[in-house]
Amino acid sequence: MDIFLQQLINGIVLGSIYSLVALGYTLVYGIMGLINFAHGDIVMVGAMVAFTVIHLLSGSGLPMFLIAGIGILAAILVCMAVGYLIEKVAYRPLRGAPRLAPLITAIGVSMLLQNLAMMIWGRGYLSFPALLPAISIPVAGAGISAVQILIVCASAAMMSGLSFLVKKTKLGNAMRATAQNREVATLMGVNANAIISITFIIGSALAAVAGVMVSAYYGVAHYDMGFILGLKAFTAAVLGGIGNIEGAMLGGLLLGIIESMGAGYLGAITGGVMGSNY
Amino acid sequence: MAITRRSLIAFAATLALAGCAKHESSQEITIRIGSIAPLTGPQSHLGKDNDNGARLAADEINASGLVIGGSKAKIVILSEDDQADPKTATIVAQKLVDEGVNGVIGDLNSGTSIPASKIYSDAGIAEVSPSATAIAYTNQGYKTAFRVITNDRQQGHALAEFAAGTLKAGSIAIIDDRTAYGQGLADEFEKDVKASGARIVAREYTSDHATDFTAILTSIKGKKPDLIFFGGMDAQAGPMMKQLRNLGMKPEFLGADGSRSPEFIRLAGKSAEGAYASSPGLPLEKMPGGKAFIEKFEAKYGKIQLYSPYCYDATVALVDAMKKANSPDPKKYLPFLAQTNLTGVTGPIVFDSRGDIKEGAVTLYQVRNGNWVALP
Repeated sequence: MDIFLQQLINGIVLGSIYSLVALGYTLVYGIMGLINFAHGDIVMVGAMVAFTVIHLLSGSGLPMFLIAGIGILAAILVCMAVGYLIEKVAYRPLRGAPRLAPLITAIGVSMLLQNLAMMIWGRGYLSFPALLPAISIPVAGAGISAVQILIVCASAAMMSGLSFLVKKTKLGNAMRATAQNREVATLMGVNANAIISITFIIGSALAAVAGVMVSAYYGVAHYDMGFILGLKAFTAAVLGGIGNIEGAMLGGLLLGIIESMGAGYLGAITGGVMGSNY
Repeated sequence: MAITRRSLIAFAATLALAGCAKHESSQEITIRIGSIAPLTGPQSHLGKDNDNGARLAADEINASGLVIGGSKAKIVILSEDDQADPKTATIVAQKLVDEGVNGVIGDLNSGTSIPASKIYSDAGIAEVSPSATAIAYTNQGYKTAFRVITNDRQQGHALAEFAAGTLKAGSIAIIDDRTAYGQGLADEFEKDVKASGARIVAREYTSDHATDFTAILTSIKGKKPDLIFFGGMDAQAGPMMKQLRNLGMKPEFLGADGSRSPEFIRLAGKSAEGAYASSPGLPLEKMPGGKAFIEKFEAKYGKIQLYSPYCYDATVALVDAMKKANSPDPKKYLPFLAQTNLTGVTGPIVFDSRGDIKEGAVTLYQVRNGNWVALP
């Protein structure tokens, strides 16, 4: 039972990260009908920026939580800027183009970000510093670490914040209006271009947080970490119904739990036919 | 897509290199040696290390004035990136064969060396691997495949003896990365520990690109092993070690040569403390030419990761055979390569009939105060 519980905890933590990334896919898809394949690489940029900032500050004598906070903040700001720039440079000129064109551009942007990151941060694995002390809180035989609690809480907070923003605020109204019909929304006085920019900025901020979390959790960051993570989060978004915010959260959690349980039990159940390498 | 572009750039660079070589004066012969290792991806630090080892040897040989068959000769190293991927390794191998290289140092991984060795064998070009330890590599009957490192049969045996004998582990969990190297070594280890009476409580798999091991470690946790053995590389072993201790698990951690690098300690951080790993050959400081090599290498390229001394020796052995044969032609120098008898940086280099190194040693190490320390 304790092992099952531990796998469940692992799955929920993994799922929270997937959910955060999946939200970025879903937001952009909901509003523009575009699958932003560069989103996974924005996650990577977030992790890398946080890594650099935390490393620069680690000798300054500031307390660790402050350094981590500054690192995350820097990652969010840089990712917001990157997200805004990508939309402005890569997607806006293709606003009226057939759907395939921005999709190809998205893959191009993803390659560009990966190669830039490879040039800036190198090709190897970077060892991400531990943001929180490695304490483990026992829960019915299983253990939850401080990082895990932080990941779950932060994602839950950000997801409910986003939900509130989209459903209850004026900005959210405008976002939903743009998603439903961009032309009519524009006629009603909504600045559709600004709304799309804001969507990208919000999605990128979520990606930055996810990037820092995933690196802090596993202790490594590298230039192509965004690819698989992005693919999995995209799967989660599709699983939950792409364009649907609650769906993305649920899809992410579900995928995380399935992955963790699958790795934990599939090998034993199938007698090693299906392995644990997923 | 990124792959294609990267290899295109590498291709262009090699073409440029080859172009330079052709323009040199006709009295001096240019000997082109391919050096293949993963120069991008999770193992790029090891790949670069290997490549630097070959380059150091080539630079020294060039500086000492190489004469082959009466005419001055110059060695040019052609570096290729196989991305630790078997498919890419065969493409790169074919490319080097088409370019007509005189010999090849590589590949770094077993999984890449094995498929590539067929291409070199068909073309009759000698391939000396500095670090492919899988048994299968020299077991295919190719006359062109050699290695200067102890193979996994010897290493797996030593690891099993250490786990069951020295550490007295009664129950053991095994994880491998499903590569020819990781899986091959884990199989050898499993066979030998079973024979010495230890129980295998779990056999799990991951991949050579994974970073998340919490799920498999958790499922191992339930089986309470005394020791976890990992057959794979440091890019996985480091994070695995960290996650192992974060899960509050206490079993001993034992890896093999792929895990025994400074990178492992860097990635695992404080969790690395107490981990065991083996390495083929002697500790660097105890190698006949170890001290001098460390000085030379670190002055030029920085910290040694793992296999650069072996790469150095592989290059020296290859050129030595060419000197004895008075020809850089593989057909002529291959018989001399098979009879190599020299003392390299890593120890005596003598090949058996398969192309394996004779009397390969295995050393065990433990992380103590953030450094790998050789166990007596």
